[in-house]
Amino acid sequence: MTTSTDKQGVKLGMWLFLYTEIMLFGGLFVLYAAYYTRYTEDFIAGGKVLDLWMGALNTVILLSSSFTVAAAITAVRREGKKAALVLLGISIFFGLLFLFNKYIEWGHKIAAGIYPGSSTLEAAGYGRSMFFGLYYVITGLHGLHIVIGMTLLGVSVGFILAGRVDARRFALLENAGLYWHLVDLIWIFIFPLFYLIL
Amino acid sequence: MDGNPQDHVLSYSKLALVLAALIGLTSITVMVSRIDLGILNIWIAILIASLKSSLVLMFFMHLKYESRLVRISVVGTIFCLAILIGFIFWDISFR
Repeated sequence: MTTSTDKQGVKLGMWLFLYTEIMLFGGLFVLYAAYYTRYTEDFIAGGKVLDLWMGALNTVILLSSSFTVAAAITAVRREGKKAALVLLGISIFFGLLFLFNKYIEWGHKIAAGIYPGSSTLEAAGYGRSMFFGLYYVITGLHGLHIVIGMTLLGVSVGFILAGRVDARRFALLENAGLYWHLVDLIWIFIFPLFYLIL
Repeated sequence: MDGNPQDHVLSYSKLALVLAALIGLTSITVMVSRIDLGILNIWIAILIASLKSSLVLMFFMHLKYESRLVRISVVGTIFCLAILIGFIFWDISFR
């Protein structure tokens, strides 16, 4: 008995899942925008508290990791198994670096008394609480996606090592890559919303 | 693009070019955000973010070379998101 895979179907299934993710984060962005129009002053003051350079550094890290993931797919398709493994390893390392920066950033905020329900935020008013509430929810949910993305990339590494992903069968790696790029895509919008508002 | 979309492999140099463009756009958006242009700041930031996401979608996510079905469904999703955003702002601005 022979088995065949519907390559188009496998990919379309992944895209359909990504659409639900886009709507999930899209809803949160709409919430942000709606509160921004209501508490503009508080949101601008809140944005100034965030470290722009940390945000910019994490943007560059994520963009570079997206490049290494895309390059890993090219490597697999050109039978470059070793290159693909190295590129995926670098991508996972970039993911860890991103999370480490996030940890430092959140740590500084929490040490300064900025966290949901803190007395500092309660004194600063409802608008400021809303801004940092959204900051923790959106970047936290995004961080969770980074962890899931790194897991998927790790699984792809295992499959390449086991010879189950190669130049002929690479749908798993491609879909893990799509997920990783989506996480990057979401960060592209988080960055200006939180770090760049004047 | 002609031929089977499954057969298309993006070269390393093209991917590197996309990365360079993405990092370039990031520095532009950071620089522009330091200048006070009023409401324009937000629109420029959103415009640059949209440009960057199009680059990621088209090349890193390979959308430029995918079948019509995938491409139409992506546009459909963005359209749905636009309806969500549009109607909510229609509501808030007339309250």
